Amino acid sequence: MIDYSLAAPEIFLTAAICVVLMVDAFLRAEQRRWTYTLSMLALVGTAICSALFGVDERLTTFTGSYVADPAGDVLKLFAYLIVALVFLYSRDYLEENGLFKGEFFVLGLLGLLGVMIIISGNNLLVLYLGLEVQSLSLYALIALNRESARSAESAMKYFVLGAIASGTLLYGISLLYGMTGTIELGPLAAQLAEPGGLNVPTVLALAFIVVGVAFKFGAVPFHMWIPDVYQGAPTPVALYVGSAPKIAAFALAWRVLVDGLGPLHVSWSDMLIVLCVLSLVIGNLLAIVQSNFKRMLGYSTISHVGFILMGFIAGTEDGIRFAMFYTIAYVLMATAAFGMILMLSRKGFEAENLEDFKGLNARSPWFAAVMLLIMFSMTGVPPLIGFYAKLVVLNSLLEVGLVWLAALGVVFAVIGAFYYLRVVWYMYFNEPVETAPLAPATDLRVAISANGLLLLALGIFPGALLNLVARVL
Amino acid sequence: MDLPILSIVIWLPIAAGLLVLALGSERSLLGKQVALGATVLTFVASIPLYTGFDSSTAAMQFVERVPWIERFNAFYALGVDGISMPLILLTTFLTPLVVIAGWQIIKLRPAQYFAAFLLLEGMMIGVFAATDALLFYVFWEVMLVPMFIIIGIWGGERRIYATMKFFLYTFLGSVFMLVALIYMYLQAGSYAIADLHALPLGMNEQVLIFFAFLIAFAVKVPMWPVHTWLPDAHVEAPTGGSVILAAILLKMGGYGFVRFSLPITPDASQALDWLMIALSLIAIVYIAFVALVQNDMKKLIAYSSIAHMGFVTLGFFVIYSAVTNGGEEGAQLALQGGMVQMISHGLISGALFLCVGVMYDRLHTREISDYGGVANTMPKFAAFMVLFALANAGLPGTSGFVGEFFVILGSFQSSFWLAFFAATILILGAAYTLWMVRRVLYGEVRNEGVASMPDLDGREFFILAVLAVSVLLLGIWPAPLVEAMDETLGSLLLQVTQSKL
Repeated sequence: MIDYSLAAPEIFLTAAICVVLMVDAFLRAEQRRWTYTLSMLALVGTAICSALFGVDERLTTFTGSYVADPAGDVLKLFAYLIVALVFLYSRDYLEENGLFKGEFFVLGLLGLLGVMIIISGNNLLVLYLGLEVQSLSLYALIALNRESARSAESAMKYFVLGAIASGTLLYGISLLYGMTGTIELGPLAAQLAEPGGLNVPTVLALAFIVVGVAFKFGAVPFHMWIPDVYQGAPTPVALYVGSAPKIAAFALAWRVLVDGLGPLHVSWSDMLIVLCVLSLVIGNLLAIVQSNFKRMLGYSTISHVGFILMGFIAGTEDGIRFAMFYTIAYVLMATAAFGMILMLSRKGFEAENLEDFKGLNARSPWFAAVMLLIMFSMTGVPPLIGFYAKLVVLNSLLEVGLVWLAALGVVFAVIGAFYYLRVVWYMYFNEPVETAPLAPATDLRVAISANGLLLLALGIFPGALLNLVARVL
Repeated sequence: MDLPILSIVIWLPIAAGLLVLALGSERSLLGKQVALGATVLTFVASIPLYTGFDSSTAAMQFVERVPWIERFNAFYALGVDGISMPLILLTTFLTPLVVIAGWQIIKLRPAQYFAAFLLLEGMMIGVFAATDALLFYVFWEVMLVPMFIIIGIWGGERRIYATMKFFLYTFLGSVFMLVALIYMYLQAGSYAIADLHALPLGMNEQVLIFFAFLIAFAVKVPMWPVHTWLPDAHVEAPTGGSVILAAILLKMGGYGFVRFSLPITPDASQALDWLMIALSLIAIVYIAFVALVQNDMKKLIAYSSIAHMGFVTLGFFVIYSAVTNGGEEGAQLALQGGMVQMISHGLISGALFLCVGVMYDRLHTREISDYGGVANTMPKFAAFMVLFALANAGLPGTSGFVGEFFVILGSFQSSFWLAFFAATILILGAAYTLWMVRRVLYGEVRNEGVASMPDLDGREFFILAVLAVSVLLLGIWPAPLVEAMDETLGSLLLQVTQSKL
């Protein structure tokens, strides 16, 4: 008996994407706002589906290859919110720069569909499928601006590296299937938990799978694509790449490593420790020398990934929860940071260099204050959400006795503080180079302010989000 | 009476700060009035903390406790005892003076300036009042943000270098404390400071935790050799920033030692007291020599702050050998001396920075050699400055004498040589302060600039007079302060001399 209702949001979104695509084909350029409105409505509709067909317990359907659970529902709802924010932040920028095309929204929604499939995948092949849906949308999105050689270059890079990573992942999956005869996560875990489950071929397969997951996260040494894509892609696309797919990366790691390969925790946690340490070191040190703000955010992502991995390394129930908490916190911060770039940009002017933030406090004290909140949150200064994100993952590391890794983490958090502080320094201590007044649309203004203040509100009352994460996962 | 006084004195300035920020620099006069009103109101609101304080108990008073993060068993828990109450009053007392001091001088973004100080005031009080370690840490860290902005926007020439150094140094110091706090939370299941005090810890754990705390607090105090951020930050900060930095922020390091290090890791503190004493003595003797050769008045006072704070840490860590060699009395005296010294140094160094600010506003230089003969043109000012300088040198009858005298008496119980070295500050302190006074205030009028300096106006006179009265009052009649702390320090002494092993 197949229960289609568990996949209602995905089914609805797929249908909605087709509608948006069809309608968009018949719209004239000046009517393009309809595509935007319809896409937003599609997101609202999907959210309603998720709310209506939400589950209180873990249920599977499609003969066990598809799972619905409360944690998945929360992640999906959060992903809708983020994609809606991405569309909202991007709208004016796209219009001004001649990129306001239906493809952006259709591909954006398709990417979201991929994210949702990954969140709900209970079978290695379904997970792979979701990954490909998402990645293919991203490849095309990055090359959206076909005039820009840089965009094309970064899309190529991402595509080639992404294809290799997908291949690696698939190879690992096939090895595992050969060893155990199953690709479904539950039975896989059961088989691996049996005595003799941990042997050389499975660890080999595991290594390939970890590479695939690390690539999605952008953990060092599989991070090469991140800075190039962040810098090369049109800023709205960089915003998209930096936000929703991170949720997918968390979900992929959680489903594959914890649900499926949980019994091999001893093996993969060692691999993740290497990735984590390298990400902290390389991410933070290279971010310091960047002058391009988007590229700096790319390296900062890499360092944050190091912290997310800490939760997985601990491997406890709390560890995974706190990794989820960190992911949510990080995505909120990254969305806000890219949103600020989009807001400061105008026709023909990209506020992508650190220099462009000079004197923001003189131009607009309010947005400088919002940006200050974002930067201090990324630094990990209380009472902002970024602090609690670090607090909880450090907590789970200390719980399993990895004091040295926690100490290393905080040292690199201090090193990382430098480049976030530099943004604050440019905004507050320098006089503006650029004097054009800031005139963002009202909804954009409200949304980005709310996004920034949310970092503070969740920081003053972190209990709500912590409880939510603990209840669902 | 059940008014949540502590919450009021924390959140009133923060709310007022946000209001001033919202008013913006276009309505800066109104903003200033709001700032002054709020700080004065906060001071008034904090008076009941003293008048209603029960000095016969060591328990926390004015306690508030509301669940905050249930997942981590963390509470919004506030309370004061004999250690934190005087420090809170010092904060609420000095902030209005800082606001008045900046009244006419700050022309650049005045609203943000006053708002930053208001926010800072609330956060600093939060640090002293928090009885939950996580809440303490939140206030401890967030405080860096307004200070970062204050030095960075309104500071001197090398302000950006100074403020980055200040932030990174102190941030590096505190993250290890965070790791230590989480570690202890996992053992105790609670962030309440009282629970951490009661937590049994092995020697190895204690030593590691002690060092984690040491890094955090030593940077704040600051102790040699992690003091190098202080002269930079001080010199480049605006007058108000210097006052707050010297008078209150440095005290947080000392406060951390008595609130965390000593009671949580008593055995490690005992085993490593030689290290702390050595570092304190280096600060006292070596830094005093460094102060002697400074050409910049603010730098000189900054170095003198480090030397004087060395006294505070000496007083706190000399207790173990004082107990072994002499008795509890000497140890109690040393602890008291450290505490009195913190309060008194807050007043004196604040006043000295304000004095330098008065001169800087007129001549826009801090170089000692640019002045000379100021007493001829500014007699009233000179009288105040001489008083504060003498207090800084530890003249009997001023508050500077009381703390130092207590600490030296306490150290005598420990060893003669310790007291001998500690007492050199009385000589060296007199040397560098009075030499500066001589070069700046006395002699012939050196140049046209000095000749045209107008004497104090009513605003400046008021600030310095208020501080002068408090310095003298505390010097002549320290009993109220000492009595308020007595019980708390007695029980602290009992706690820290009891082995956890």
